[in-house]
Amino acid sequence: MSSNTRNLYLIPYVAWIALFVVAPILLIVYYSFFDVEGQLTLDNYAQFFTPVYLRMTLSSFWYAFLITAFSLLVAYPTAYWLTRTKHKRLWLMLIILPSWINLLLKAYAFLGLFGTYGLVNALLETIGIGARQILFTDFSFVFVSVYIFIPFMVLPIFNSLEELNPSLLYAARDLGASPWTTFRRVVFPLTLSGVKAGCQAVFIPALSLFMLTRLIAGNRVITLGTAIEQHFLVTQDWGMGATIAVFLVIVMALFMIATGERKVRRIR
Amino acid sequence: MKSIVRLFVGVFAAAFALMYVTSLLNSSQGYTGGNTLTIYNWGDYIDPELITEFEEQSGLKVIYQTFDSNEAMMTKVAQGGTTFDVAIPSEYAISKMKEDDLLIPLDHDKLPNMKYIDERFMDLPFDPGNEYSIPYFWGTVGIVYNPDMLDGRKLTSWNDLWDERLRNQILLVDGAREVIGMGLNSLGYSLNDTNEEHLQEAKRKLAALTPNVKAIVGDEIKMLIAGEEAAVGVVWSGDAAEMMWENEKLDYVVPKEGSNLWFDNMVIPRTARNIDGAHAFINFMLDPEVAARNAEYVGYSTPNAAALELLPEEISGDERFYPDAVLTAKLEVYENLGKRMLAHYNDLFLEFKMHRK
Amino acid sequence: MRRTIKWPNLYLIAVFIVLYAPILYLVYYSFNSGGTMREFEGWTLAWYREVFADTRLLIIVLNTLVIALLSAAISTMLGVVGALAIHQVRRRRRKNALLSLNNVLIVSPDVIIGASFLILFTIAGIQLGFSSVLLSHIAFSVPIVVLMVLPKLQEMSPTLVDAARDLGANRWNVLTKVTLPCIKPGIIAGFFMALTYSLDDFAVTFFVTGNGFLTLSVEIYSRARQGISLSINALSTLLFLFTMLLVVGYYLIDQRSGRPAGAEVRR
Repeated sequence: MSSNTRNLYLIPYVAWIALFVVAPILLIVYYSFFDVEGQLTLDNYAQFFTPVYLRMTLSSFWYAFLITAFSLLVAYPTAYWLTRTKHKRLWLMLIILPSWINLLLKAYAFLGLFGTYGLVNALLETIGIGARQILFTDFSFVFVSVYIFIPFMVLPIFNSLEELNPSLLYAARDLGASPWTTFRRVVFPLTLSGVKAGCQAVFIPALSLFMLTRLIAGNRVITLGTAIEQHFLVTQDWGMGATIAVFLVIVMALFMIATGERKVRRIR
Repeated sequence: MKSIVRLFVGVFAAAFALMYVTSLLNSSQGYTGGNTLTIYNWGDYIDPELITEFEEQSGLKVIYQTFDSNEAMMTKVAQGGTTFDVAIPSEYAISKMKEDDLLIPLDHDKLPNMKYIDERFMDLPFDPGNEYSIPYFWGTVGIVYNPDMLDGRKLTSWNDLWDERLRNQILLVDGAREVIGMGLNSLGYSLNDTNEEHLQEAKRKLAALTPNVKAIVGDEIKMLIAGEEAAVGVVWSGDAAEMMWENEKLDYVVPKEGSNLWFDNMVIPRTARNIDGAHAFINFMLDPEVAARNAEYVGYSTPNAAALELLPEEISGDERFYPDAVLTAKLEVYENLGKRMLAHYNDLFLEFKMHRK
Repeated sequence: MRRTIKWPNLYLIAVFIVLYAPILYLVYYSFNSGGTMREFEGWTLAWYREVFADTRLLIIVLNTLVIALLSAAISTMLGVVGALAIHQVRRRRRKNALLSLNNVLIVSPDVIIGASFLILFTIAGIQLGFSSVLLSHIAFSVPIVVLMVLPKLQEMSPTLVDAARDLGANRWNVLTKVTLPCIKPGIIAGFFMALTYSLDDFAVTFFVTGNGFLTLSVEIYSRARQGISLSINALSTLLFLFTMLLVVGYYLIDQRSGRPAGAEVRR
């Protein structure tokens, strides 16, 4: 029925898409066919499939996966227990609040906290574990990235938990389900849409992190985002940067189509 | 519904109120009239008091904006939506901007203070006859190190960095030409070498350095070295001066194999509006007394011969930052290697970064 | 029973400690007379005095706030419209196409967004400054709002809309009386996410700003060359306290006046 009525909302939205999504994509695709000297070429694509870039792609995916997994691990219980607290809206806002402090400043704070003479090492020393190098390791990179992405994961999960009908939980309990079974069979499946939204909001940006790779990982971790930034700002090899971007856009589209279809099926 | 509307009305009201306050503040600062001069410079690369003095002297209002890389600056200038009257790029960027027709030739008659610049720094290959640019600061690339953390050892050459005792102790600056150049220099090749065999040799040599490299970082390097997070850093001389100012244990050396000599010059970009004002500013910065104060504040080496005489002996006599003729002869200025070669340097650097210990 | 209550609280406390540790670190050093974030030498308020004396910095802070508030509000509106549009599309393939396009800006690295917007503004002849920054912040915040609102729409039972229609409600009434109240949590979440993205953004702003218009993140970045001055710590502390008060204050007001209304809507 509603497919016959005109979808008025489409007009402003499609206008936005045309201007700020389609036009930039076209520009990027256009640039990806030019080499550094402005010659029309397919070399960029050929270069993308060399071991250097493939290895970089793999490691980007691996780190993005780690970051998403750990974010989910930390964020789900946080969101779950937040919904059980008394002033849950307030606590939720307080979870988001730290992300309003400038990223660069927080990174500098982490440089101080994780440094050889930093607070964390002093703590390790007192516990008896002894100081060790934390900065510029995989651990610090994943830790700080998770730290930054946590609010983006907590928020959607919290929202879907809020939507959960509490009577379902009582019903499950009345039917004799243990808390774990209730969680596994009722709560988690019903909040899956929030989990998905959270994963999308974390995984995809995590693929293209760039500032932290230098500040926290000391360029030990090279992601596709770092490479793009290098090509656009340092080498001025916009063609190669655009090629990597085209690749990312394609990956994202595939990712969305895969998760999107499943969602539709589930609703039906 | 009502609460949503209330939220949005509140947000818009707050935003417009803040905008009003901003415009009041802006006009109280005098940033509105047409009589302004926009300067585009590296972050914290000028004594702010000098800007105030220039404003008083010239009656112009200075808008000061900063960039963090030559490339970012060139992108903005090339884009054309901005009006920068004076910019301060490095030498290789100047030759590129010249090629791309992004600069306005200087009118030397309006720059009488040009005569104070040391002859050595005039008429260099990247800008013959100083048609487009006047030197602002210069410096070298070298090694800053903390003798206390190295049991009092002294470093004198690039090859000292490959010492096994420096395991996980070196911080490198995040620059392709600096790091690849270090590899080339350590093998006795030129910084501007484009011979593929030499470059591959340098790459292999750098790969052997990875166990010693703790991290490759940007401007944080100053904080990290001064904070004794690592014992050794490969840095620009100006940064080294700042670190040594903060941590007196540190020492700086220009390696004996030779190194890079760089310049940051003042230019007038094509998009400039206030060209007379731009000349006035450049001339003001060339005044010996002004240049000396600026050099003391920034900590980089001044090309201004008259200003150098005004500086205290402990600065002007410091051979680490004002190297003698013997060492200077070994220093090389980066040549514009062309876009393709530069991209190749960057690829090599990328591979170096990805080389795991 | 006691165990189930205690462990969650401990966990939440741990999460909050970790989240706030770096911020407290910044706050602590804002009182340091030593001048760096390394050694704490003594207590001082000098950095706070410096912040209040610096009109230029104040202008930058205000710029940042104006951009964040305006872009969040406008992009939330656009995003809600977008979510409604996507929701109403019935063809699955078209819907997925729209969704994918929506997400392009989220996947794109900031550098690419910044660079391509820069080219775009050049072609469109838009002067770099306030308007270019505002436009790009709106542009990259819209998709995240859509992502926040869309699940709410999908969870909404379609019978609700049909029932309202049957009872004679027109489109506008359905929208304001049924749909919007149902998706309100999503809208609020979207707004705050947009605010967060805008306040957090550095790379895009860095590309598209010009003519002396600066936001805080760009200013901090350029100051960082020298090693961050502690006056930036002091400023962050002030902003942090301010937002903290705002959040708590908003919550208290909402608690007192908004609760009954909210409960009514939910029913």
